[in-house]
Amino acid sequence: MTDIERFRGELAEFLEQELPKKVGELPPPTGDYWGGRNPELPHPMSRRYCEVMAERGLTAPTWPTEYGGGGLDKEQAKVLSAELGRLHLPVPLVGFGLSMIGPTLLQFGTEAQKREHLPKIVRGEIRWAQGYSEPNAGSDLASLQTSARIAGDTLVLNGQKIWTSYGDKADWMFGIFRTDTGGKKQEGITFLLLDMAQPGVLVRPIKLISGASPFCETFFTDARAHTRDIIHGIGNGWTVAKALLGHERNMIGDLFGAGGRQPTAGNPLAELAREYLGDRDGRLVDPLLRDRVAQVTMDERCFALTMQRNADMMKAGHKPGPESSIFKIYGTELNQRRQELLLALRGPECLGWEGVGFDERELAQTRDWLRSRGNTIEGGTSEVQLNIIAKHVLGLPD
Amino acid sequence: MQLVLTEEQASLSRTANDFILSSPPIARLRKLRDTRDERGYALDRLARMAELGWTAIPFPEQDGGLGMGLAELVLVTEAMGKGLAPEPFIPSIVLAGRAIALGGSAEHKASWLRPAIAGEKVLALAHTRRRGRFDRTRMPVHAAPEGQSFRLTGQATQVWGGHLADGYVVAARTAGRDGDRDGITLFLVPAQARGVTSERQYRVDAQNAAQLTFDNVLARGADVLGQVGEGDRLLDRVVDEATVALTGEMLGGMSEAFDRTLRYVRERRQFGVAIGSFQALKHRAARLYIELELSRSAVMAAARALDAQSPEAPRLVSLAKARLSDAYCLVANEAVQMHGGIGMTDEHDIGFFLKRARASEMTFGDAAYHRDRFATLDGY
Repeated sequence: MTDIERFRGELAEFLEQELPKKVGELPPPTGDYWGGRNPELPHPMSRRYCEVMAERGLTAPTWPTEYGGGGLDKEQAKVLSAELGRLHLPVPLVGFGLSMIGPTLLQFGTEAQKREHLPKIVRGEIRWAQGYSEPNAGSDLASLQTSARIAGDTLVLNGQKIWTSYGDKADWMFGIFRTDTGGKKQEGITFLLLDMAQPGVLVRPIKLISGASPFCETFFTDARAHTRDIIHGIGNGWTVAKALLGHERNMIGDLFGAGGRQPTAGNPLAELAREYLGDRDGRLVDPLLRDRVAQVTMDERCFALTMQRNADMMKAGHKPGPESSIFKIYGTELNQRRQELLLALRGPECLGWEGVGFDERELAQTRDWLRSRGNTIEGGTSEVQLNIIAKHVLGLPD
Repeated sequence: MQLVLTEEQASLSRTANDFILSSPPIARLRKLRDTRDERGYALDRLARMAELGWTAIPFPEQDGGLGMGLAELVLVTEAMGKGLAPEPFIPSIVLAGRAIALGGSAEHKASWLRPAIAGEKVLALAHTRRRGRFDRTRMPVHAAPEGQSFRLTGQATQVWGGHLADGYVVAARTAGRDGDRDGITLFLVPAQARGVTSERQYRVDAQNAAQLTFDNVLARGADVLGQVGEGDRLLDRVVDEATVALTGEMLGGMSEAFDRTLRYVRERRQFGVAIGSFQALKHRAARLYIELELSRSAVMAAARALDAQSPEAPRLVSLAKARLSDAYCLVANEAVQMHGGIGMTDEHDIGFFLKRARASEMTFGDAAYHRDRFATLDGY
């Protein structure tokens, strides 16, 4: 038996025997669990499931064991996700701790910082929010103004962050703050972690064109952070911030690409088209919309193949680079095209906001379409990503 | 399916690029075009490709091949695409050669396939007729039974690599009519057979193409490839394989046109700066780069799926051809635009890529054809 087969056997035994004993009724594969001090429970046993998985580091499978991770290599991690799929089990924990600040701490954190924060992320105890953008620092992020004044072993924060995703549900924030106003704008920036449960931090949700949204504004009025929670030193925050943006780009790309359907499964776009347009001899009656269904289906498949190729190249030893900007751009624009095609397929039934005359899927999709307009703006606009490709991949001059 | 090159594949790719790009490749094509060269390519180059083993790639060892597949073949065609090499590698080796390998007798293989692999004979596939668009049921030739033999009559057009070829695989209708998949038969016909006439066609991309006329040409029952009336399967198979080989060529062409354009916008100065510093051009260049990356994935996946005879293979072939057709034309159009005035001139090489992009688009089905085929295969 090879090592990987032995690993699969032991893992399957844990998931099939021990896990149900410890958790009881297991949550279904739908509904993400984000953890935190007062977690929302998509299923009554979501928290318990997360905790039992975390005991083995399976919430952060590839992180080192000394910080609570699973210590798995990429192949073992693939086996884990395959086994979860086979047993119809959900991913035990999601969130910005796992996808953004965790990898950043592994790269830039001190030993003490890693030991303090990573295990809490693994166990789902702390939910994280990102404090980057400000009302006057969007694409030009480095011009941020929210200040952090050093006073002994604390920092005093004043100003405003915006687009803080799930800020109203988060416990801690990672973010960038101005510690120096002289010199080059990139140089006076410091990367900080802070506890949001304090009187100086006020969070207000933002309503979008799609209605309610996960975005918030965060106001700081003499809020406090500790100097021990400065990552990579005072004034070096821009380097950390950029590295984290790379993790974020990959996460957003994954969001739109990894979900690409298996080529053998049915095509949900085609099924919806059949339902709303009808078919004759198995062929959709509207040839133009049929062409668009094929186009989006093929592009989604091709995008998934490109993600796979990228993963295969990483496995073969290539380093991730600015090329990953293509996933953010293409993945988000593809989702917008998909949403617009869904509108076209539903016809006038795509217009419902609430109330009678529209079914729930129609109402949900209308909101999804509106929400998708933000995909090419959040996490770095498409235009900023194109700049990154032009400069860092294609070597075009400034 | 691993979408990454093995060591051997990477080495093959390097060798192919070195060979194709060793002499100024576009200048060679230009000369062949301007002298109205009858053949339009160099027989000795084809023989050299055979010596390097590339013509043997897609054949089993018992047929004198290397037992490799499209994953390797597309590396050779990609290099050819970068240099717009006009040698009829795809028509002789993939279209006709593979049809003989899959449907031919030992005799066919000995007298036609082995010499083709050796670069000593050139073969072509005659399967398209005027106004037939991309429909693989509209046969160029009608074959009337005569005892154990057939009489072939009709005209095939734009037979790739067909002029001055030594033999043809001819797709003919032996029963039924346009639209029927049944009743198609493939014949192996020597170019010298009585009643066969070849006329050189001059196309926009300057590649060798022939209009072939068949006037009551005698084909024996022993000249049939595969089964009488069941040629559609063989035809689908070799055209799918050749389609993937062509997408490899297209990938090479678009990446070369893109690289040349990047070099140009870095160097060309207007308003006192390099025009590549203008965001209007930067963003468009970045979008072309995205198209290139997606195209490469599509080509690699289609090649590997066909090699593995995956059930998804026909869909991935259509995905690749649809995408490469659109993407190569887009890159070539943008390349000419970004070159500005010089890009419009015949004197500059970039226009050759624009022409080859269109010719490739129109070979084996354009993007609309392949989206339609994909939709049908995908069940809607």
